[in-house]
Amino acid sequence: MSIYLNKDSKVIVQGITGGEGTKHTALMLKAGTQVVGGVNARKAGTSVTHGDVTLPVYGTVEEAMKETGADVSIVFVPPAFTKDAVVEAIEAGIGLVVVITEGVPVQDSASFWALAQSKVDADGHQVTRIIGPNCPGIITPGESLVGITPANITGKGGVGLVSKSGTLTYQMMFELRDLGFSTAIGIGGDPVVGTTHIDALAAFEADPETKAIVMIGEIGGDAEERAAEFIKANVTKPVVGYVAGFTAPEGKTMGHAGAIVSGSAGTAQAKKEALEAAGVKVGKTPSETAKLLREVYATL
Amino acid sequence: MDLFEYQARDLFEAHGVPVLAGIVAHTPEEAKAAAEKIGGVVVVKAQVKVGGRGKAGGVKVAKTPDEAFSYASDILGMDIKGHTVHKVMIAQGADITEEFYFSVLLDRSNRNYLAMCSVEGGVEIEQLAVERPDALARIAVDPGTGIDQAKAEEIVDAAGFAPELRDGVIHTILKLWDVFVKEDATLVEVNPLVKTGAGDILALDGKVTIDENAEFRHADHAALEDKNAADPLEAKAKENDLNYVKLDGEVGIIGNGAGLVMSTLDVVAYAGEAHGNVKPANFLDIGGGASAEVMAAGLDVILNDAQVKSVFVNVFGGITACDAVANGIVKALEMLGDEANKPLVVRLDGNNVEDGRRILAEANHPLVTLADTMDEGADKAAALAYGK
Repeated sequence: MSIYLNKDSKVIVQGITGGEGTKHTALMLKAGTQVVGGVNARKAGTSVTHGDVTLPVYGTVEEAMKETGADVSIVFVPPAFTKDAVVEAIEAGIGLVVVITEGVPVQDSASFWALAQSKVDADGHQVTRIIGPNCPGIITPGESLVGITPANITGKGGVGLVSKSGTLTYQMMFELRDLGFSTAIGIGGDPVVGTTHIDALAAFEADPETKAIVMIGEIGGDAEERAAEFIKANVTKPVVGYVAGFTAPEGKTMGHAGAIVSGSAGTAQAKKEALEAAGVKVGKTPSETAKLLREVYATL
Repeated sequence: MDLFEYQARDLFEAHGVPVLAGIVAHTPEEAKAAAEKIGGVVVVKAQVKVGGRGKAGGVKVAKTPDEAFSYASDILGMDIKGHTVHKVMIAQGADITEEFYFSVLLDRSNRNYLAMCSVEGGVEIEQLAVERPDALARIAVDPGTGIDQAKAEEIVDAAGFAPELRDGVIHTILKLWDVFVKEDATLVEVNPLVKTGAGDILALDGKVTIDENAEFRHADHAALEDKNAADPLEAKAKENDLNYVKLDGEVGIIGNGAGLVMSTLDVVAYAGEAHGNVKPANFLDIGGGASAEVMAAGLDVILNDAQVKSVFVNVFGGITACDAVANGIVKALEMLGDEANKPLVVRLDGNNVEDGRRILAEANHPLVTLADTMDEGADKAAALAYGK
């Protein structure tokens, strides 16, 4: 088991012919992902070849889904075209769309998120899950990679990881490489993202393979505080936390569009305290966080 | 990016929001000329991106152009909460009979927009929200449908405007929504929104924050940037498309990925506790590319920071492979030549890490030290900055 992604997931790449799309399609195939095709309206009917795999390029997401049975899409198109790409995937009714693109205007993200929320199935469940934008994507080690995470850091195991940051995800997977991961998901550092810490925590709680959870946050917003409330009420599995940005000054945006301390809100200290009040052990550094997780894991 | 009041006023005017005349002035002479042009009573308003300028003496009513000259002389150069006043706005005087409040902003927590409106404006809205929450209408706005006529009516009625003001306020809110959407704003705030003696509704003071990610569809937004405010090193970094923030410390930081760089700052600050309390000197995320040119541009900015005593390069190779980063460092040091004069501690992990470490070991540059872990690198860099 895993969350959101497994070896049976069939993946299409929106922007498969671009520079990033080409590079990461090759890396995803190497990681074992079932990439089944790509989308580029201007290159419909052509194909791309990676080693001994040839992938068809379709004109639309809808067509690609019909022809290949794809249930996951990954978006590598530039910021100016990201909204249209994600809207197309939602309209086509795909189950998961992972948006890697950095620099998407937040009104575009708010708009495609509103659309995704409005599309529900007969049971009232949202049809399309969005991960990102501005994220490293998701990896279920040994099964499938839909994103840009290095697939060779670690293998399968019992740790579930959810993080705002890409490179901190890699760092933590590296620190805990001997334990292995069920799924690691980078939700992105933008002010509006499709999948939140809470969504991932709920999914890890329900996933029998996940034994313990690492949650990585950073300054800005109140997602970590809300996650702390959620953990207190709903998560029985051990959660270890890390928050980046203790030394960040007020009013300066630290790289991610969402990483800014405004007044007393959004500080790393406030997030750490909220998590600790919910019974989450919080490390001061990535290495200390890994150590805390290791201690908890040993008792399971 | 937060805009100045005069920039917000100009955007309001461009989108049909009712505003009074307002002209920005950089000198007392310009202020006098602006007052003559506008005519009558004017208000000289300090242009700073911080609240409380009225209390600080940064807003004065001038009855004549000479008075405008004199007040502008006082206000220009003034320090308001650490912000130096470089510009004033000369605004047409207003005959105000009532003050209201309106804003629309991105609501991160709910992933939509929030409109806030009150018939009690002109005050600290945060204070109103805490003390008398019922006086502040809060209406969620769906990003899919936005503020249309019906939504504007809902907002105005929730705030409890008098019937004779309703149409004027609805009209103004619809125009402010245009500003929000068409300018890719994350905040549009009017405080106060006023009623004049003649019964007109006007946006008297505006605050606008625009989304820098949307600059690709707003060629005019780059000109709104406040060149005066940028630290010279930050300005230089921006010219090279580097994501750099100057801090007050001795250990220069270069890393890839915003989260890892933020984390690196923290780890260096902790390590510094054992080395004379040295602190991180900057935030610098070289991002996915990390070519030799980007690395050289980054190092160049950091080495030009006189406060920096050592540099910690902390890279986890994801998109960026470590051999590319190592080559970048070697070439950057070549390009910088004698300008590279501070010790570098480099920690690499991730894709192609063996190649990366080998390239650096073979280059054997006298300034470069390798570290096996992030903690070790932070400790070495902090020790070097402290002079050990």
